[in-house]
Amino acid sequence: MVAINVNGTTREVDVDPSTPLLWVIREQLSLTGTKFGCGMAQCGSCTVQLNGRPIRSCVTPVSAAVGQQVTTIEGLAPSDSELHPLQQAWIAHQVPQCGYCQSGQLMSAAALLEANPNPSDDEIDKAMAGNICRCGMYGRMKAAIKTVASASYYDAAATADGSKA
Amino acid sequence: MNKWTRRGLLTTGVIFGGGLVLGIAIRPGNRTPGLAPLVTDDGETLVHTWVKLDTDNRITVIVPHSEMGQGVGTALSQMLADELDADWNLVSFEEAPAIEEFANHSLGQGFLLPGVELPAMIAPSVEGVLIKTAQALDLQITGGSMSIRATGQYGMRVAGAAVRELLVESAAEAWNVPVSEVSASKSYLAHEASGRRAPYSEFASAAAEKTPSLAPRLKTPDQFTVMGTHVERHDIPAKVDGSALFAMDVQVPGMLYATVRRAPTFGGNLAKLDDKAARGVRGVKDVISLPADEIGGTMSSFAAPATVAVVADSYWSAKQGLDKLELEWSSPDDVKRSSDDMFAQFDRDISQAANRQADIRSGDVAGAISGAAAVVKADYQVPFLAHTCMEPQNATVSVTDSGCEVWVGCQNPLGFRSAIADALGMDSDAVVVNNHFMGGGFGRRAIADCAVQAALLSQKMRKPVQVVWSREEDVRQDYYRPAIQSRFSGALDENGNLLAWENTYVNKHEPAEAPLIPYSVDSLDIGHVESPTHVPFGAWRSVDHSQHGFFTESFIDEVAIAAGQDPYQYRMDRLKDKPRHRAVLKKAAEAADWGTPLGSGRGRGISLQESFGSLVAQVVEVSLVNGETQVDRVVAAIDAGVAVSPDGLTAQIESGIIYGLTAALYGEITIEDGAVAESNFHDYQALRMPKAPIIETHIINSDAPIGGAGEPGTPGIAPALANAVFDASGVRVRRLPMSRPEVKMQLEDWSASAA
Repeated sequence: MVAINVNGTTREVDVDPSTPLLWVIREQLSLTGTKFGCGMAQCGSCTVQLNGRPIRSCVTPVSAAVGQQVTTIEGLAPSDSELHPLQQAWIAHQVPQCGYCQSGQLMSAAALLEANPNPSDDEIDKAMAGNICRCGMYGRMKAAIKTVASASYYDAAATADGSKA
Repeated sequence: MNKWTRRGLLTTGVIFGGGLVLGIAIRPGNRTPGLAPLVTDDGETLVHTWVKLDTDNRITVIVPHSEMGQGVGTALSQMLADELDADWNLVSFEEAPAIEEFANHSLGQGFLLPGVELPAMIAPSVEGVLIKTAQALDLQITGGSMSIRATGQYGMRVAGAAVRELLVESAAEAWNVPVSEVSASKSYLAHEASGRRAPYSEFASAAAEKTPSLAPRLKTPDQFTVMGTHVERHDIPAKVDGSALFAMDVQVPGMLYATVRRAPTFGGNLAKLDDKAARGVRGVKDVISLPADEIGGTMSSFAAPATVAVVADSYWSAKQGLDKLELEWSSPDDVKRSSDDMFAQFDRDISQAANRQADIRSGDVAGAISGAAAVVKADYQVPFLAHTCMEPQNATVSVTDSGCEVWVGCQNPLGFRSAIADALGMDSDAVVVNNHFMGGGFGRRAIADCAVQAALLSQKMRKPVQVVWSREEDVRQDYYRPAIQSRFSGALDENGNLLAWENTYVNKHEPAEAPLIPYSVDSLDIGHVESPTHVPFGAWRSVDHSQHGFFTESFIDEVAIAAGQDPYQYRMDRLKDKPRHRAVLKKAAEAADWGTPLGSGRGRGISLQESFGSLVAQVVEVSLVNGETQVDRVVAAIDAGVAVSPDGLTAQIESGIIYGLTAALYGEITIEDGAVAESNFHDYQALRMPKAPIIETHIINSDAPIGGAGEPGTPGIAPALANAVFDASGVRVRRLPMSRPEVKMQLEDWSASAA
């Protein structure tokens, strides 16, 4: 048995410790918002956060998540009644088309803004370069990220609790 | 279809102008079995096949197309809601189930009668023929950029208008006032003189008793209130919080997982299988071989090679098992061919021109060429391309003694139902297809190969089975955009006028008009020869336009340059009788500041493409840095008649451009020894955010019939890019992709000489 904490809840799963985190999240925990795209860390569809940093769960063994905090798309919103500002911006900019890559895109973008509330265009490009969108909504994603950055959501949050910089 | 009755789905003679099935009343206690689940509670009346009106005055539009990113449900609902004068806030939509009643024959009309505007008077008789055709072919297809211009135009709008008329008539009767005095607005009916006002729902039952008009009056564009306005897509909120359900997200109780490997060589077979080690992997339940079979493609049928499947209690166990199989494949000698062999074959077959078929021929091409002041000649080649939808191919199927249930995301639910029924030896009625959001379609998800595998495995395992392909399988077992070659000669007089245009290419598919050009030219000869390969092919976003758009719009540029003229002006001069084409080209050129200097190492290229009923002009700006092509900006102008959903149209153009740009920059499936050499995104790359250009889309609303949106953005980007690279460097790219080593070497040489 392996115990992992996903979105604040610790769960025990009966899998080989070398099983990629992706399949544990999807099949054992039934959190299907995280997607399989390539299986070799090339496309970013499987991106989740490990202690706030974006990782490719398709190549991360579940054993690497033991004792860590895993956040998936289902845990991105601050509460059931409120979306994360990036999710709101994604709707405002009508970003998704097929939508399949969007969980991974949002987890990468959220990790970026958490670490760097006011990224430059180049910094956005670098942070998002690991996430492919075959519908090609790069321009809309970039615009949505900049909307949230300029709204200073993260600056305000950092001031409020002093822990985020 | 004798099961259709007055109270059933379709009233006799009520088929009109492409309205797919102009049904009128499905009510509790009197239901067509296949539609019964759509009437989910007793308070509802299905007034019309296309619209369900419940007692809360809510309207549900039933959409016979699949969602693969294009926002089809929202746009089609806009069309119906507008004609119905519905309150948009009360409108939602559901995808139609895969049953015969939803075979979309107006799609058949669009395919069979391309470009023909049917007078309303004859539409019913044409439709009467086509509905039978569509049902016989099991067409429930989303493709060909047809949803809005066929289903929307002939189905949704007519349906909305017909229901509105029935409601108005019903209210007039109930209130005992003339029909002309009843008005409809925002889902309410009103009679001004008496001050009566009531919601649509109050008259739903009465309206359902009536026979709808064969020719309801449609609005003119100035009367639109919902069409042409910005509305948010209904499917987007679920796509930002992970709750949108794709087929791979389906979990059926007791379900097993499987992954597969097919013979890598098309036409190959299984020679040896040792599964001892695979069966030893924790969780593996079985290893099953499926024989080679015929699988119907979108444009032809192909032999699906033999398949080995590992079935397990999780995908990862199945994958581990698959990797431990010891497999040997046989491949017949005649398919052990390479891409280079095939291009050599194309070159030979074009030169021999045996059995050349003309698409169009006028004037005296040979005479014009022999008497020309200059003759421009060029050959172009494009490679095979995979679709690489973000969601790898997958399907979940549960076969039981009583029937079969399927969970899939596909572009053709009825076709899938038929293919699965055939494979299982069942009647189609025993197969239920649940269609889900598609993680990309692009033409790939019209083919049922993976779903048939899941059905056969479920039948053998006696349990529900979800088959998930690895990305490697997805890249190597596609139905590819065909590689083809095209050869041109252009004859010029001493003033650079285009006297003749001669073009021969290999392997014509669809649409037939893809190689044609809009430019006026005295003598014209466009034709093709057959030069088949063993590589399975299928529809790929914009189909033959993806190849011919590159060829023709590159060659007209070469002709303009040879004539010593500006490529934009040269095109404009040959579009004198085509005001829509001129307007689109002019819009893109002006918005992109055509003609203003860009500086060293930078260039602009232009293209114009008519496809799927829409006109798109593109201007691309590039920078060349050390042999690398950076696309800085794309300015697009589109005339799709009327933009039903302007932001949706803009998003589709952006998407089509990026999809085409990925292919132009990187896309190449290479055949070696009869099999695909590439395997995943590291060697079959996709454009990523750092390389994505700024895209500006300009919409022109003309009075032309509504055109397509999903595909028209794709064909024009490759030629505009190649033309821009030429403008910047003088290097003419005639074989895609741009990442080919010889292109890079030429551009590096240019960089070195320019430095």
